[in-house]
Amino acid sequence: MEASSLPAALELVAGGGAGLSPEKRAVLGASLLLLQRDYRFERVWFWGCIQGVRGAYYIAEGLGPDRAAPRSRLYSLNCVEWSLLPPVTEEMVVQAEQLKGRFQGDPSFEYEYAEINAEDAERLFEDGKEPMIKEEARLIATIEQIDRAVGIIPRGAFVKTPLGSVRENRNFEGLSLMEAKKLSSYFHFTEPVNLKNKTLLEKADLDPSTDFLDSLEHDIPQGSWIVQPEKGGTVVVLRSLLWLGLTFYHVPMTKQYGYVYFGTGEKNFDLPFML
Amino acid sequence: HGPYQPHEPGYGLYQPGHSPYDDQIPDPESRMLAIQNAKAYLLKSSTTSGLNLYDHLANMLTKILDEQPTNAVDIIENISKDVKWAQFQKKMDTLRDEHEILPTFEAAEKRKALFLKANGEGDEELEEEIGETPLPNVMETAFYFEQAGIGLSKDEMYHIFLALKKLVSVQPIQTCRFWGKILGLEMNYIIAEVQYHEGEEEEETEEEEVIEEGGKGMGEVEDEGEDKEKEDEPPKSTYKPPPVIPKEENGTGANKYVYFVCNEPGKPWVKLPSVTPAQIVCARKIKKFFTGRLDAPVVSFPPFPGNEANYLRAQIARISAGTQISPIGFYQFAEEEGDEEEEGGGGRDTYEENPDFQPLSVVEMVDSLSTWVHHVQSILKQGRCVWLNPFQKSEEEEEDEKEEKEEEPDELQQEIGPPLLTPLSEDEGIQSIPAWTAQPSTNLIPQYAVAILQSNRWPGAYAFASGKKFDNIYFGWGHKYSPENHTPALPPPVQAEYPSGPEIAETRDPTLEEELAFKAAREEALAATEEEEDEEDYAEDDEEEDDD
Repeated sequence: MEASSLPAALELVAGGGAGLSPEKRAVLGASLLLLQRDYRFERVWFWGCIQGVRGAYYIAEGLGPDRAAPRSRLYSLNCVEWSLLPPVTEEMVVQAEQLKGRFQGDPSFEYEYAEINAEDAERLFEDGKEPMIKEEARLIATIEQIDRAVGIIPRGAFVKTPLGSVRENRNFEGLSLMEAKKLSSYFHFTEPVNLKNKTLLEKADLDPSTDFLDSLEHDIPQGSWIVQPEKGGTVVVLRSLLWLGLTFYHVPMTKQYGYVYFGTGEKNFDLPFML
Repeated sequence: HGPYQPHEPGYGLYQPGHSPYDDQIPDPESRMLAIQNAKAYLLKSSTTSGLNLYDHLANMLTKILDEQPTNAVDIIENISKDVKWAQFQKKMDTLRDEHEILPTFEAAEKRKALFLKANGEGDEELEEEIGETPLPNVMETAFYFEQAGIGLSKDEMYHIFLALKKLVSVQPIQTCRFWGKILGLEMNYIIAEVQYHEGEEEEETEEEEVIEEGGKGMGEVEDEGEDKEKEDEPPKSTYKPPPVIPKEENGTGANKYVYFVCNEPGKPWVKLPSVTPAQIVCARKIKKFFTGRLDAPVVSFPPFPGNEANYLRAQIARISAGTQISPIGFYQFAEEEGDEEEEGGGGRDTYEENPDFQPLSVVEMVDSLSTWVHHVQSILKQGRCVWLNPFQKSEEEEEDEKEEKEEEPDELQQEIGPPLLTPLSEDEGIQSIPAWTAQPSTNLIPQYAVAILQSNRWPGAYAFASGKKFDNIYFGWGHKYSPENHTPALPPPVQAEYPSGPEIAETRDPTLEEELAFKAAREEALAATEEEEDEEDYAEDDEEEDDD
């Protein structure tokens, strides 16, 4: 969610019971602004909080002029001092996918990798490295996975300029109440995967300036998104069941929208059994 | 661009009478004609829409000049589209849209109803309200939890507060507590934990069950009579279902509290049925999301005995048993006159508030888990809080069924759970994760910090303690945490139709060597008997000859 709309937005996503204490809210208002100054971000998003066993990680993302470019991610243990996370690599994601269990809350904690995959461990031994994954790497990979899988925006909120960069759509007035209840009005804010597979007929209906991303309609498994009107229907809240804790809110007919993650950072692999 | 000054670069280019088009249109008259032609072209109406470009451009420019948007050139196409769209709307002026009754309005009506005071209130009622009321101070609890970042928005909490007030005024309730919120697929559940006044409980549901069982009994007797008349009956199955473990009485064990749920504050409260041990045992094996409709079926394996209301009640019972905690010393056992050893393993199940409770400091509450205790009985594997031997027949039945006792399997081992008021340090963790995470709400202002505990076994269960105040709450999906993936129970192995014995079991066909060997052996035996017979014949012949 936008750092500037943090207080109002936290009220709207509080339906799940998770939020921030007044102390954190107060300090975030100031520290996110300072992040914007120090790193010269154009926009700063408060991504959310991953709860570890001994502590929690607070994550912020910074965006540059092209909103679809890879975002810079920062984490903090107390919302006051922020550390930049290194950019994610595919190898990190693959390694982190094999880890199970909660985050510990200590960024220098090392996971024993050898128990999990003996072949990879042997390969690493030959390289001379020890089979350990640091929690920091797992953190980066998890944030990337969550963003890729369930980071969403409403349709029409961003436009692709003819030069290829993506910017906010100044003409976006918000989805109507009917549109807000449909999954096809929301897009994954990441590199599209299914777009090229659409038939020519479908592509003809798309508006290339706004429809350049995958919509949520064809997410597998079906039913992995909950759409609920809250507060008597004035806010539409989407919750992901694949990554429990990701909440997206949008107030129809206004420009307010955003998503935030409050959870343990674990994928819900039992989803097909639970539906 | 006004008249150019001498120092500006455009100076001298556009002298009057020396425009860049001078070579094309030398006469002012021709220029006027060209302008009129251009204007006539712009005024030409489009064949498809009836608009003309001149009016459209005029409207667009008027709009831009009125609104003065920044970087208008970047959004000029959108402005054009908006102007055209506005044209459309004007044409339908004669028809007025009927005011849409959005569903949001109805919801707002319901919530407004919460805030209205009931009619006919006199002074007497006000006094009653201000006196002791079972209504909990939800906003105070919300404040403490908010210090840790836990809780719903203040609006929603206030609505829940008022909804609880409505519940308390309708039902004869002695104590009431906001238990928490469970999220569901279509709708969510808001749950209130309630204790009735003694003697006020409704017993209608029990009567209904008795009537049903009586009806079934009649039906069975009739069927059996018909069956005996038939001659060949199919073999009766020897399957005896395991005995049904009776549920605990209302007011004890897992059914100590009664739970009311509603989907949203403003909607009517629905009472959840009591929980049976079979439901708890089954709920431990399945993991399903709640849909939000209490009558939804729970499709699972092993099949859940009940619908979503029962599943919800079972999960609430499990969560309460696992995560309802209080600071040590807040509750103490009442002084009992009876022996503790009467019911083996039953233990004490009642507690009362300790009037001499001395609260510990927040630092102590956070540092060690032994300063907290469970004040709800844990649920045994059987599904009850107090173990019951299902094979213990009542006195009336013992005489009739003494014969069958020999066939009973070995007695079940009595299950003993941790006694009431055990400290949290005895809680088992999951793999390497402790069962609870304790934190103070703030490190910056330790004088006013609140001790917060989060459960790792039931993510979403929280407890706070600050001085003499404490409370528990649950916000989550209603499932237990397990680092391993959920493995559903496999179906049981196929039952044998009949016991296998030598008469039914097929023997292996003999091989060629075995057959030849057998044949040879038989021939030998035959030859041996033939010799004997020959000898006998000879003997007989001899005898016959002798006789002659």
